[in-house]
Amino acid sequence: MPDTAIALSDVTVRFAEKTLAFDCAIKAGAAVAVVGPSGAGKSTLFNVIAGFQPPAAGSVRLLGEDMAGRDPAERPVSIVFQDNNLFSHLTIADNVGLGIDPGLRLDAAGWCRVSEALARVGLGGYETRLPGSLSGGERQRVALARALVRRRPILLLDEPFAALDPAMRADMAALLADLVAETQATMLFITHQPEDIGRLAGEVIYVTDGKIRFHEPAGDFLARREPADIAKFLGRSVP
Amino acid sequence: MRTLLSTLVTALAVCVAVPASAQEKTLTVYTYESFIAEWGPGPKVKEEFEKTCGCKVEWVGVADGVELLTRLKLEGEGTKADVVLGLDTNLIAEAKATGLFEAHGLSPKDLTVPGGFSDDTFLPYDYGHFAVVYDSETLKNPPTSLKDLVEGDPAEKIVIEDPRTSTPGLGLLLWVKSVYGDKAPEAWEKLKRRVLTVTPGWSEAYGLFTKGEAPMVLSYTTSPAYHVIAEKNERYKAAAFSEGHYIQIEVAGLTRTAGDKALARQFLTYMTGPDFQSIIPETNWMMPAGKTRDPLPAAFDALVKPEKTFLMSPEEVAANRKAWIDEWLAVMSAK
Amino acid sequence: MIFARAERRTLDIAGALALGGVLAFVGVATAVLLGHAGSGSGAGAGAGAPLFDAYILRVARFTFLQAALSTLLSVALAIPVARALARQRAFLGRVWILRLSAVPLGLPALVAALGIIEIWGRQGVVNDLLRLAGLQNPVSVYGLTGILIAHVFFNLPLAVRFLVAALERIPAEYWLSSANLGMGGGAVFRLIEWPVIRRVLPGIAGLVFMLCATSFTLVLTLGGGPAATTIEVAIYQALRFDFDPARAVLLAFLQIAVTGLLLFVLSLFGRPQDEGVTAGRAIRRFDGRRRRVTDGLVILAFTLFTAAPLLATLVSGLAADFGRLALDPTLHRALLTSLAISLASASLSLAIALPVVLVPQLAESGAAGPARLIMAGVLPAVGSLILLVPPVVVATGWFLMLRLFGETGRFAPAIVTVINALMALPFVVRVLGPAYRTHLARTARLALSLGITGRRRLVTIDWPALKKPFLTAFAFAMALSLGDLGAVAIFGAEGFVTLPWLLYSRMASYRTADAAGIALILGVLCLLLTLPSTAPDRAPERPGPDA
Repeated sequence: MPDTAIALSDVTVRFAEKTLAFDCAIKAGAAVAVVGPSGAGKSTLFNVIAGFQPPAAGSVRLLGEDMAGRDPAERPVSIVFQDNNLFSHLTIADNVGLGIDPGLRLDAAGWCRVSEALARVGLGGYETRLPGSLSGGERQRVALARALVRRRPILLLDEPFAALDPAMRADMAALLADLVAETQATMLFITHQPEDIGRLAGEVIYVTDGKIRFHEPAGDFLARREPADIAKFLGRSVP
Repeated sequence: MRTLLSTLVTALAVCVAVPASAQEKTLTVYTYESFIAEWGPGPKVKEEFEKTCGCKVEWVGVADGVELLTRLKLEGEGTKADVVLGLDTNLIAEAKATGLFEAHGLSPKDLTVPGGFSDDTFLPYDYGHFAVVYDSETLKNPPTSLKDLVEGDPAEKIVIEDPRTSTPGLGLLLWVKSVYGDKAPEAWEKLKRRVLTVTPGWSEAYGLFTKGEAPMVLSYTTSPAYHVIAEKNERYKAAAFSEGHYIQIEVAGLTRTAGDKALARQFLTYMTGPDFQSIIPETNWMMPAGKTRDPLPAAFDALVKPEKTFLMSPEEVAANRKAWIDEWLAVMSAK
Repeated sequence: MIFARAERRTLDIAGALALGGVLAFVGVATAVLLGHAGSGSGAGAGAGAPLFDAYILRVARFTFLQAALSTLLSVALAIPVARALARQRAFLGRVWILRLSAVPLGLPALVAALGIIEIWGRQGVVNDLLRLAGLQNPVSVYGLTGILIAHVFFNLPLAVRFLVAALERIPAEYWLSSANLGMGGGAVFRLIEWPVIRRVLPGIAGLVFMLCATSFTLVLTLGGGPAATTIEVAIYQALRFDFDPARAVLLAFLQIAVTGLLLFVLSLFGRPQDEGVTAGRAIRRFDGRRRRVTDGLVILAFTLFTAAPLLATLVSGLAADFGRLALDPTLHRALLTSLAISLASASLSLAIALPVVLVPQLAESGAAGPARLIMAGVLPAVGSLILLVPPVVVATGWFLMLRLFGETGRFAPAIVTVINALMALPFVVRVLGPAYRTHLARTARLALSLGITGRRRLVTIDWPALKKPFLTAFAFAMALSLGDLGAVAIFGAEGFVTLPWLLYSRMASYRTADAAGIALILGVLCLLLTLPSTAPDRAPERPGPDA
């Protein structure tokens, strides 16, 4: 496996009202928190990596391969959103099974894997239920189970805990840490909570005004007293 | 929302004409809509008659002659109509059966309707013969008789109207019956091959015809006159049939409940006179039933003048209409 | 719970008013007509004929057959077209293609029939092309083929419009997930699109079926002969030519019974489900790129089929003398009257539709006593079946009723307005219903917890989110009313002239060019109506940084 999982060089994204530019290299197996004010470009960064947003210029290399022209599904990436990760009219098992075969044509072994993954995230026996009957935290764990069966080396999580209460968030973070350790995936997650950084991240990428302002070890970032916006970000949420 | 609605209600109120002032005598005439359209006879008739009668003519226009009768049946004794203008001979029996009409008691001279129609309740004001109108540019050998039409080339199509829903449709039904009698079903069996389609009304049929869908349509002998005079177009012609043509006579009568019967009779007298009659040809596109002041326009002279006229008595039509339509349906609906 | 206590009470009252009002309006007309039947109209040759004779049975069978086939075709074709349109969000002229869908609704059947003939008729474009290709015998549309073409022309765009709207309510995250998971076209259809389509399909199919079952002019004109006759024709015949109001009413009941049964069966298939709650991301489709060519062909074929007869209408219309028409005071008056009537009837239709849409959702949310449950069941049924009550029957009944209060002409605008509003109700309910359901699932609890209720909820929460469905429903209702001739005919009030009435009147006086010009005006009006509901959002779709 190459050393660098994600390499963005001179990636430019243009919207009507602003232009964003990203440049970074993330090592394989890293756990990176992506933070920054709302509207700074965090989700766009994910969209570029996942292939939802073709860049106007620059190159995106994942695991050493150029991603130009590759569809989202052809990239070594799984993505989990804040909500609506599950198709509400499909059962839990079906939703996870989609990670094995997007046409949902699974053999017995496939369904076995689905059940194992559900058991791994603590939802054994939930196979035939519909997403509507689950809590928000449970739904997110189903999404993780799906990411698990997909076995993609890069995992992007777009505010995965935002809809959860604090206790559940801690549980989820612990589960996620275990899964990442097991699968040795490279993980990026967007968060607005400093404590998530401490729980999960080895590094922090700070995005503001459409640019990556800092990319540094989590400890360095958490120790920052300036600039003011970061201090505020860290300070406001300290109990 | 409420202000929007009230604005709308006001707008609607403005759209409906204010009733005439009550001081003058008013004559309410029920008729069909195209009679009182701005190009129809209505406006001129109203203007001229009002000059002589010291009254106000108020029109009520419904879709057509059949609707006129329906309207009267609905209103019954409560009808506002003093004069009803625009029924045709096929509707007379049913109109009399309503008991709403009164004998006119007039004996106008100079009424010359083919077939010699005369009635104590209704007076004719114009007439037209049903005819097959054809496109002379696409149909080089038009039929010269009903037999010709019935037995001709099935590839040359005709659009006809439905006798269940339209006056010309019923007219053709009676025409075929008059010529073929008991053999009418056999005639329809043959004619069916030439029928492109059967439309609910005259407008649909004539629309298809002028769009060039079929070279023939069932209409009136007077139809070509409109194209010649108003459009300078000689393309459309009526075919003269040697057996003769069925006639449609349009009539008017006064109601039993008319407020001012003398005024109503005055209108009927005016209607049969030359002033009214002169308006008819180029506004209603029918043949005047009485004498006109001047000779008819040249285009009317050129029209087909049937040598023989078919007309069944209103009573005969009323008694047999249902059975004849069923007979027609049976033939025309069969595969 | 999705409504506050005060809102529940308002909805109960509004629902009762809507239900009572509609039933009373139709009931009075029917009762008066039935009552009139006895009062000596025996002269009608059809009076006293048995209702269920062989003729009526044959007519009923044909009505059902042609409507079923028309519906099947319209709906089956609409699915691929709607999928293509939903996928190709950047397709050139896409918004105009969607706008065209409201135009056929606003065209009187006579105009549509002539437009279709110009394309599919013996001398039409299609046969010209076939002749160029060396084929001798022209294709004849007269018969079932013509009826089906005409009904698909009217209803395919309608079905497409409803389906596209349903597909666009799918949460944006689904498309991101499906792209990330690598679902193929088949899987996307099976797992994402079909579940959504299946939910709205019964409603759409029911609407199309009703429109086709009550079709009259198109069926007779293009049907080729009286073998093609619908119950609606028999009703018209009974009321106008035979003057047998009782028979007309009974036939109307037959029509409602036959179609109501079908609608009931259909309603068993479409069960509402949980709605995905989305963060309101802009929809972006990633599966469109590979299918651009096939989708393009599907959309092109659909556009050609829909637009060609409209284009023919446009071309004939351009031959009219617009200089003279523009100065024609009768036309001005007809235009104003038509606009006023359609505005009023569309407003009324929306007002009735709100309780029809909301009361069932209120009942579903659990707060339902038996009265509310019954109302929730009956309201939508009444809202649908009203399309089957022939306007000519209701208008005649009301004419008889109003005769007792003097000059009937004065009431004509009001009666026409109400009849048009009721006819539009099934459309409005189908546009608003699914949109409101999704909207409530997404916002109701939040709004309630924040205490945003009643009028404030309507203004600040519902209207901004539902502006487009509201405007779409309004446009549909107005178009329908603009094109309707129906109820005006019986009143014949002096000065009460609508555009379709004027069109028919000119047509009946040989003034074909004028009529074509008026048809063009009607078409353009209907197209203009769709502009507000399909205008691009002011802030263009923002695939924004943290959208």
